Amino acid sequence: MSSSRARLRSWTRNPNAVVYALLLGGALLFPAVSSFATGTNTLVGLVADAGVWVLLAIGLNVVVGFAGLLDLGYAAFFAIGAYTYALFASDQLGSSPIHHSFHMPFWLMLFVAMLVAATFGAILGFPTLRLRGDYLAIVTLGFGEIVPRVFHNMDAWTGGVNAIGGIDPPTLPVCLTGPWSFGNDLAIKTGADCNFSTSDPTAYYVLMVLLIAGSVILVSNLQKSRLGRAWMAVREDEVAASAMGVNTVNIKLLAFAIGAAFSGFGGAFYGAKLSLVSPDNFNFIVSITVLVMVVLGGMGNIPGVILGSLAIYFIEFKFLIDLPGNAVAVANAVGLSSLNPSNGDWPGLNDFVQRLNFLVLGLILVVMMLLRPQGILPSRVRAEELRKGVSDQAVSDVAAT
Amino acid sequence: MLGSIRSTFAGDTGTAIFSGLGIAALVWIVYLGIQNPDALFKTLVIGVADGSIFALIALGYTMVYGIIELINFAHGDIFTLGAFLAVPIFGFFGVTGTVAFSPAILAILIFTAIVVMTLNGLINITIERIAYRPLRNAPRLAPLITAIGMSFILEGAMFLWKGPFHVIFPDLLPNTRVSLGIYDVGVKDIFVVVSAIVLVTLLSVFIARTKLGKAMRATAQDRQAAQLMGINIDRTIAATFFIGAALAGAGGIIYGLYFNSVSFDLGFSAGLVAFTAAVFGGIGNIQGAALGGLIIGIIRALNERYLSGSWSDVVIFGILILVLVVRPTGLLGMRVPEK
Repeated sequence: MSSSRARLRSWTRNPNAVVYALLLGGALLFPAVSSFATGTNTLVGLVADAGVWVLLAIGLNVVVGFAGLLDLGYAAFFAIGAYTYALFASDQLGSSPIHHSFHMPFWLMLFVAMLVAATFGAILGFPTLRLRGDYLAIVTLGFGEIVPRVFHNMDAWTGGVNAIGGIDPPTLPVCLTGPWSFGNDLAIKTGADCNFSTSDPTAYYVLMVLLIAGSVILVSNLQKSRLGRAWMAVREDEVAASAMGVNTVNIKLLAFAIGAAFSGFGGAFYGAKLSLVSPDNFNFIVSITVLVMVVLGGMGNIPGVILGSLAIYFIEFKFLIDLPGNAVAVANAVGLSSLNPSNGDWPGLNDFVQRLNFLVLGLILVVMMLLRPQGILPSRVRAEELRKGVSDQAVSDVAAT
Repeated sequence: MLGSIRSTFAGDTGTAIFSGLGIAALVWIVYLGIQNPDALFKTLVIGVADGSIFALIALGYTMVYGIIELINFAHGDIFTLGAFLAVPIFGFFGVTGTVAFSPAILAILIFTAIVVMTLNGLINITIERIAYRPLRNAPRLAPLITAIGMSFILEGAMFLWKGPFHVIFPDLLPNTRVSLGIYDVGVKDIFVVVSAIVLVTLLSVFIARTKLGKAMRATAQDRQAAQLMGINIDRTIAATFFIGAALAGAGGIIYGLYFNSVSFDLGFSAGLVAFTAAVFGGIGNIQGAALGGLIIGIIRALNERYLSGSWSDVVIFGILILVLVVRPTGLLGMRVPEK
């Protein structure tokens, strides 16, 4: 009896276990609570979108947090995953030089996109093996800039700036309708009735929760595995790791490939949910946002990274988007409605607040790094390093830290 | 084992690949010249003028990287800030739109340049003081992220100031062309190239001759030893940021005078191209950055004239990756990336 109580106590004292429990409970209760409270499913859809970023952050955490390889072009793999699904699940290739469109099932393409992204991860990883720190960051940045531009320029295949639209939603072979799906009768349906619908994002939400849960289990097992320990060794001291018999080349390639695999998942889901993939969705700011999520949450610590990505997602895609409207409402309420129209150099309150976006993101980055560089929920090792500070040795190199 | 991979890639083979590509490019240029010398000449002039501006930005990257090993992501936006700050100062003297060139205009131009360079330098020193100095001994990722944050803050501030529109920069320089034997060159092109040469020369002399320049070189080489020799590290690093920002500010004004239009997000891509130039020339190396800027400018111009403008960033970043992979020390390299 007492041993189980001791175990319970050790769980409640472990912040990671608490966060996992809260996240799981929240994920299960959220759709019901939010639909009941707001009367719509908008928030559920928003969280499903946030899930894409959680997947990206989990993947980038493998590269940056576990293996210590700074990747500034992670959006490239996201783009590759999204385009892989978009090309083979829409009419796009019908107007390409091969004149034949494909409509592959989502469930297959989810894994194909993952494999393609992982392959590109390894391809990018290969030439960068000898580079460390900043130089690695720059090569990945270059790759991250090249990939969306290639998708942009190869308009014969990808539609270029016109983007790929009309992407197939995921579909199930059999599904059960009932009162829960907008008051339908209880029936077993097949075919187009079982497409994931854009009007009710709950199906996407469930799929996303499953994807994230699977990824978390996978990644935390990886972290504890031989490979995870090898990543840590390479991160701490590459030369020493190599001397201890760690095959640093394979280890780094695997980090890139596995990290990229998750963004392949995320990309395929993103394309299916949005039904539209455009090269503008994968620019530098996406890579930076994911990196910020990882760093803010606590590099190397999976629950921290999940928290960080949810926090940043809601700041960037909910708080800052709603802010102009809210600011106007507040101004009207307190009698400052004269601020609202534009006047000479003053663009009007709505536009002014809209323009704050960049500034706020920048301030978050700087203030966060100055005040709490270890993140919200740091891994213990990293917190210790940052608290004590490291001297100007090889260890202080981000790639080796 | 890593060593063996390194030597296969970056040793003589890397240099061989590098020089092979260089020779191929030269052969291609000569071929283009034989086909249509006039078009090639015009393209090269555009490339050299563009490249001079990139060189001015690249100097700041290379100096800061040389001294504290930080990729100062905010530097591209410091360049844009230079152009943005110049517009109201010109406006104060009533210089807006197209103005005929006169000695008075030249005086205003020089005054504006000095004010903008000083302001830019002071802003960059402040950035260094707030965002980089407290993190000097933190893991490398920390200052890199604050640098990106600072870049967003600068861009955000300029966005807030002028909005998403292109800002009209006064057109002061005459649009006339000067004949050089068979060909003629625009006065603007000459202005851009000459001012860049003057600034780079001044900088080289400053670094080589003055006491502060010596302190900078010492700090770049070994910070601790320099400190033990009585060099004030903080002041030397601040001076480096000041000079880098002043040059970028001058670059911003020159860009504005050349293209007559600037926008708040100009610095992001210009900064990346300039950084490529710095890496290409050998990061940490002043002459390398200037040379790299010129070469990258010419490559861009050739690409836009003979291949396709929309691929030009892909080409530039492709070059960046290739340089880092086969010859990370760059053309005139000093620093080895392994630290």
